[in-house]
Amino acid sequence: MNLPIPFLILSFLTILSALYVVTSKSPIHSVLALIFTFFTISAHYVLLNAQFLAVVNLIVYAGAIMVLFLFVLMLLNLSKEIEPIKSNGWAIAATISAGSILLMITAAFQVFGESVAKNPVEGIGLVKALGNVLFTRFLVPFELTGILFLAAMVGAVLLGKREKISTELSSDEILNP
Amino acid sequence: MLEWIIVLPLLGFLINGVFGSIIPKPIAGWLGTAFVFGSFVVTCFLFSDLLSALPAKGAVYLKVFTFLNVGNFHVDIAFQFDRLSAIMALIITGIGTLIHAYSISYMSDDDSLYKFFSFLNLFIFSMLVLVLGSNFVMMFFGWEGVGLCSYLLIGFWFKNVSFGKAARKAFVMNRIGDLGLLMGLFLIYQNFGSFEYTEVFAKFGRLEVGTGICTAIALLLFIGAMGKSAQIPLYTWLPDAMAGPTPVSALIHAATMVTAGIYLVVRCEAIYALAPFAREVILWIGLATSLMAALIGLKQNDIKKVLAYSTVSQLGFMFIALGCGAYTAALFHVITHAFFKALLFLGAGSVIHGMHHEQDIRQMGGLRKKMPITYATFLIGTLAITGFPMLSGFFSKDEIFTAILAQNTGVFVLGLLSASITVFYTFRMFFVTFHGNYRNQHHSYEKIAESPLLMTLPLLILAVLSLIGGAVNFPNYMGEGISKGLYHLLSFDGGGSFSPILILPEQSFEISHVKEWILFALTPLFLFIFLVARKKYVVKAAVPEADADQVGFGKTLANKFYVDEAYNRSFVEPIELVSDTLTEYVDEKAFKSSFDGIGRINQYVASLLSRFQNGNIEYYLVYMVIGLCLLLAFNLF
Amino acid sequence: MSSLSIFNQLEISHYIYLSTVLFCIGLFGVLFRRNAIIILMCIELMLNAVNLLFVAFSSYMGDADGQIFVFFIMVVAAAEAAVGLAILVLVYRNTRKTDVSFLDNLKG
Repeated sequence: MNLPIPFLILSFLTILSALYVVTSKSPIHSVLALIFTFFTISAHYVLLNAQFLAVVNLIVYAGAIMVLFLFVLMLLNLSKEIEPIKSNGWAIAATISAGSILLMITAAFQVFGESVAKNPVEGIGLVKALGNVLFTRFLVPFELTGILFLAAMVGAVLLGKREKISTELSSDEILNP
Repeated sequence: MLEWIIVLPLLGFLINGVFGSIIPKPIAGWLGTAFVFGSFVVTCFLFSDLLSALPAKGAVYLKVFTFLNVGNFHVDIAFQFDRLSAIMALIITGIGTLIHAYSISYMSDDDSLYKFFSFLNLFIFSMLVLVLGSNFVMMFFGWEGVGLCSYLLIGFWFKNVSFGKAARKAFVMNRIGDLGLLMGLFLIYQNFGSFEYTEVFAKFGRLEVGTGICTAIALLLFIGAMGKSAQIPLYTWLPDAMAGPTPVSALIHAATMVTAGIYLVVRCEAIYALAPFAREVILWIGLATSLMAALIGLKQNDIKKVLAYSTVSQLGFMFIALGCGAYTAALFHVITHAFFKALLFLGAGSVIHGMHHEQDIRQMGGLRKKMPITYATFLIGTLAITGFPMLSGFFSKDEIFTAILAQNTGVFVLGLLSASITVFYTFRMFFVTFHGNYRNQHHSYEKIAESPLLMTLPLLILAVLSLIGGAVNFPNYMGEGISKGLYHLLSFDGGGSFSPILILPEQSFEISHVKEWILFALTPLFLFIFLVARKKYVVKAAVPEADADQVGFGKTLANKFYVDEAYNRSFVEPIELVSDTLTEYVDEKAFKSSFDGIGRINQYVASLLSRFQNGNIEYYLVYMVIGLCLLLAFNLF
Repeated sequence: MSSLSIFNQLEISHYIYLSTVLFCIGLFGVLFRRNAIIILMCIELMLNAVNLLFVAFSSYMGDADGQIFVFFIMVVAAAEAAVGLAILVLVYRNTRKTDVSFLDNLKG
């Protein structure tokens, strides 16, 4: 099977960095590897002619969410903390579980998978086309998503708010344990 | 309009039952009375309406809603106000109102007065449903409701264990009769495909006399009547029902409950007309009951027990009349009996009230001077029940004896014997209670006083009714215009969609002049017995002997022919033995251990499974993934 | 070589396998790691694997709906990350740990 070289390289990098996210002992390294993974996935989007999504992916995931993770890591000062490694039993159990899911999904493709006829449409991944769909057919879900976001935001603020009387640690203690 | 007869007592029941505890006592009583009185007024109004429109209207029919509609099975909640149910409803609400009013005073010391009145109202309601229902299912509703209310009221003072047992006995005995009734109803539906009176009776009209199915239905219905109207062998509950407060006894004996059996047979006249054998059975059972109860009554010393056995005996007379086919006579006796038996019971209640709940007549005596109104009215009641000329009981008994004499002289002689005994024991009770010397050691004679006006007023009204009650159905010799009122009312053919109550023209009991003279000769006979009783209990001032001193046949009578003991031996004890055995071996050993075993297995399995739920998210995640795997695998292969 | 020509040389199955592998790596991480932050990151990885599949199908079938779905998934992912991290901070404040093995108060 002849596969285009860019795809092969990209896929290799994606899987490699994803594995590093999972196996790295330092959380900071994990975060950085995950950001790298998101970059490669964005590149995949470009290959798939989904240019707008590629950009959004970078901004939202690599830009916003991962920065949030980094902030939390810094805030809790976990960057240097080495978590206790789980026992070998756990490693085996996790491998078997994940492996069986992999097996099952690939088997499902083997059994039911039909090759999809390629029907590319020019400019489908551009802002104009997506906007048309999003603000017509998906208008109500779009608005609801906004409400969901608001709720999540309020929830996060509420959770993060310090209670007046509590036995929890003060911010000084958290920052300088 | 018709619905108000039914709804008013139900409202009374609900109001007193739900809010009773916050209503002041006298108001609760007056409320209950007012609702029944309202029902009585409506009944009177409808009855006069029915009478004035007689040629045009056979009955008022009211369908409330369809109760059941399954396939071909169709039952309506519907009421039918015809001449028979009108008479019954008049007795129930009329006498019921008097008893309610009486109870306000009688029960004034009781803490749960509101409960008493709500039960009384429910009783009236059930009885009204019984007589006003337009089909057998409605009647069955009422029938069961009456059974329930009698249970509640007989056991009203449930803290006394033996009273509770009496209530249970009444309930169980009635249940046996109800089974017969129920089977009769099933047979009716199986053969005629309907429960509506008009439809069923119309179909009966086409059958031959003496058809097997008619006899079967008639006998089964009579078993139901046996239970409610206390006939042999199901009569033992009625004397025990004296455990209830005295107004309840009056209500059960006079206005409601025991008349249900008579009503059933009169209502189903169309069936009984076709079943001569069943009528024969009714005749002999009625006769046996009447005689046996009268004999037992001779030796009872509890004032209420004497009255109870006299009720059983009088009910026997009514069934004799039904057995002879004299439905009018039976219903006539129901009416007059309602008057004088309510009077007697309320009078007895007044005596008991005055004697501070002493019921033994040997502990009384000489009450004549202390309770003049009670004495006078009780005397009228006694005369009426014994058939003193021109009083209500005279006419109704006369009617019954005429019917018997026209058919069977042997039965006549035995019935006469029973009636003579009635005269004796009633006057025995009367004399021992009101004449002679005061014999009670516990309460001083001076403290005994006449009951308050609220109790004596119903007595006076009932006394008047007992005096003139015969006017309902004067015999022929009283004159053409005023005689046989009840008979004409019942056998009148309305010509509309409702058939007359008595479908077949009742046979007229014409008897020869010699026999007429025999009937008139009865009065001196009864007078003679009265004199005998007077000589023994007034002149010689004899007092019935103590229970321990009874000998011979008297002892058997005092112990009520040992029927209760026989029933206990033959039915109750074997059943208890079986139950005990089942409890001990099957329930305790077999079931309990097997259920415990199941429980233990469950606990063991649960203890194994609970290890999986260790609270750690990681494990839960692994379980989730395994589940997901299995789900996928299940879908794939 | 333009992206379109590369796209033309690829079958949908390649992307299916790629995203499945990514998904399973994420799953392995969720099961294996104990640090709650890493677990949250692995969940993000799994979500991205699904996103990739959505985009691939969307492009191959010429239907924009798949890409719209990716938008929605991103929104949910962002909300989840925000709330999840807030909870995590709260847990850390109270227990001084982010290790999920110690969070076993759910024990029945």
